[in-house]
Amino acid sequence: MKMSRKNPEKLIDEKDVRLDGRGLNELRPIKIEVGILGNADGSAYIEQGKNKILAAVYGPRETHPKHLALPDRALLRCRYHMAPFSVDERKSPAPSRREIELSKVIKESLEPAVFTEYYPRTSIDTFIEVLQADGGTRCASITVASLALADAGIPMRSLVAACAAGKVDGRLVLDLTDLEDKGGEADLPLAWIPNLNAITLLQMDGSLTIDEFEKTLNMAVEGCKQIYGLQKETLKAKYITVKEEVEE
Amino acid sequence: MPTFYEKREIVTPGDLLAEDDYVAGDNTYKEDGKIYATRVGLVQYEDRRVYVVALKAFYVPSIGDMVIGKVIEVGLGSWLIDVRAPYPALLLASDVIGRPFKPQRDDLPSILDVGDLVIAKIVAYDRTRAPLLTIREPDLGKIERGQIVEITPTKIPRVIGRKGSMISMLKQETNCHITVGQNGVILVTGKSPKNEQLAVMAIRKIEEEAHTSGLTDRVTQMVRSEKGGIDENVSKES
Amino acid sequence: MSPTVRVKQKQIAQLVSLGKRLDGRGLTDYREIQLDMGVAGRAEGSARVRLGKTEVMVGTKIELGEPFPDVPNEGVLTVNAELVPLASPTFEPGPPNEDSIELARVVDRGIRESKAIALEKLCVEPGKKVFVVFVDVYVLNHDGNLIDASALAALAALINTKMPKYKVEEGEIKVKSGYDPLPMRNYPIAVTFAKINDNIIVDPWLEEEQVMDARITITTDKDGKICAVQKGGYGCFTTQRILEAAKIAREKAQELRKLVVKG
Repeated sequence: MKMSRKNPEKLIDEKDVRLDGRGLNELRPIKIEVGILGNADGSAYIEQGKNKILAAVYGPRETHPKHLALPDRALLRCRYHMAPFSVDERKSPAPSRREIELSKVIKESLEPAVFTEYYPRTSIDTFIEVLQADGGTRCASITVASLALADAGIPMRSLVAACAAGKVDGRLVLDLTDLEDKGGEADLPLAWIPNLNAITLLQMDGSLTIDEFEKTLNMAVEGCKQIYGLQKETLKAKYITVKEEVEE
Repeated sequence: MPTFYEKREIVTPGDLLAEDDYVAGDNTYKEDGKIYATRVGLVQYEDRRVYVVALKAFYVPSIGDMVIGKVIEVGLGSWLIDVRAPYPALLLASDVIGRPFKPQRDDLPSILDVGDLVIAKIVAYDRTRAPLLTIREPDLGKIERGQIVEITPTKIPRVIGRKGSMISMLKQETNCHITVGQNGVILVTGKSPKNEQLAVMAIRKIEEEAHTSGLTDRVTQMVRSEKGGIDENVSKES
Repeated sequence: MSPTVRVKQKQIAQLVSLGKRLDGRGLTDYREIQLDMGVAGRAEGSARVRLGKTEVMVGTKIELGEPFPDVPNEGVLTVNAELVPLASPTFEPGPPNEDSIELARVVDRGIRESKAIALEKLCVEPGKKVFVVFVDVYVLNHDGNLIDASALAALAALINTKMPKYKVEEGEIKVKSGYDPLPMRNYPIAVTFAKINDNIIVDPWLEEEQVMDARITITTDKDGKICAVQKGGYGCFTTQRILEAAKIAREKAQELRKLVVKG
């Protein structure tokens, strides 16, 4: 049964308040946990607005099939996949072209952060499952995948934080929902490595002047900085609570 | 001499730990004169060296390490052993039999089969080949009985304790023989399953609270109070 | 990797830091571009681009199909890319891999987000029948920078595309004689940069691509607005470099657009 959703006329009102009550420069509420899966070497879970995404890391381990192994470093593999029930209209479990492209760009965003050269001939496999989607899933995926890598004890140059910004109803906004992405003028997902102060994922679709592009880019980087803070807190939190409980 | 954290503070990958003429120790890297953490852990500053005691890391083989592993494959003249490292380790038939391997005479699965556990030592390892094992020293060989506990390898030093204080206490209090593999695998053999369980519980507690202080006392307390219900039939031997 | 390749890579990187390239080009120069339109007779539209030794052919086909439910009055655009094995020793036969999918989607994004095709003029029966524009990118020789060559060839093929005239009689669609050009209103051009150490260069050829640590593609429309961006490769960019690239891309796009859009 196909159900149609009536798209609202306006996504942002005259007072610059968005449909979900946020200001233009506000992130959706975020909740992150690490080490939640028993079998994976590392894992993490994020809820960002209505997004619910799980990431698991296996490795470094023997590469299968063997002929894919690299002689001088670990092979970083990444699979971004959406559960059939993650969106309104059931999505077929087979990988779509979008999932294949996103798997590629997500892998490329994480690679500069991992010391792959320490473990030649092995593979580090990252699996991302989107359980519920509401826009900005590739960014939330990168945020949670980099935590899963850290949770697996894989040496990293830095964590990677990701966030999207864009243009909706003529205004520049941070962290777009699915509705805002579909109804807006531009969407710009971005991933950022704090140490290098450099961008490892950048895509844009829509229409922006160069000036707007610069402002949107900077807005997304600022969003990433906030998310990086949350990532650090989450990694430390597990150990701090035990320390506090036990040392009185 | 700029450093940025208090001793034993928890740091995360990418945190700037020190600058200028510090030396980058374990779980750190240096770039443009700055030293950063590569793993989540407790930062330590020692003289001019900064390092991180990682809270979680997988085992990387090191020559001389004693490890406990499981046979995953029987090959022609050798066994492949899973030592919980990124690379499976190799145990040659000639090492176990004591002379060159003869396929017509020697049936490898009857010596060690898939699923068997062994205590072994790493004799060779470099990044181009699989780590090589030996079981030709005393206290090494196939494991016949006992219980296995797997913990993250970075916590093994805590299980041993300063000058062996923690592990001696555990052996004494639980009356078990405890073999600690550097790869995070620990073998516990005791007179009774209850004793073994006690040792396992203690090890798990150490793993969970490894980053806290006053641990040895707390573990000793826990073991003693749990022992209350166990049969006090202590063996007369040593 | 053979020692000779590694030596060459070092050479390329060194030259770039001095503002030079192995083939004598400046850091922001394109290779020689040859564009031929109407090369595939059975396609509704076609073009072939030779960018240095990179060669890409694009053919368009128009068919009748169903619209997407959320835009019932619009035609449909679909872009596909094939890295055929004869184009490079590194291309293997088989279903599209991540590289060909990325290529197709980047080319698609430029056309779609710039609203290059007036899709609302491709509606035959609202909600039921619309024209579907198939854009098939065929890479014939890979010598670097497939994205720009493919995007340019795709744009040229679309401009070259002729649609059959038709009329709707008693619920049936009847084809009349004669043709209309595909209604276009924008002309997106993709400009790709490679990053080698800290420098960015336009239109990397194959050996430069093998040395680069990252690439970025910036697609701008006829008004100089950015309609698509794609970063690729396992390295990273500073904000400064990206903004630099955006400004250069807008300039270069204007030059390239003149090859395809006359007047």
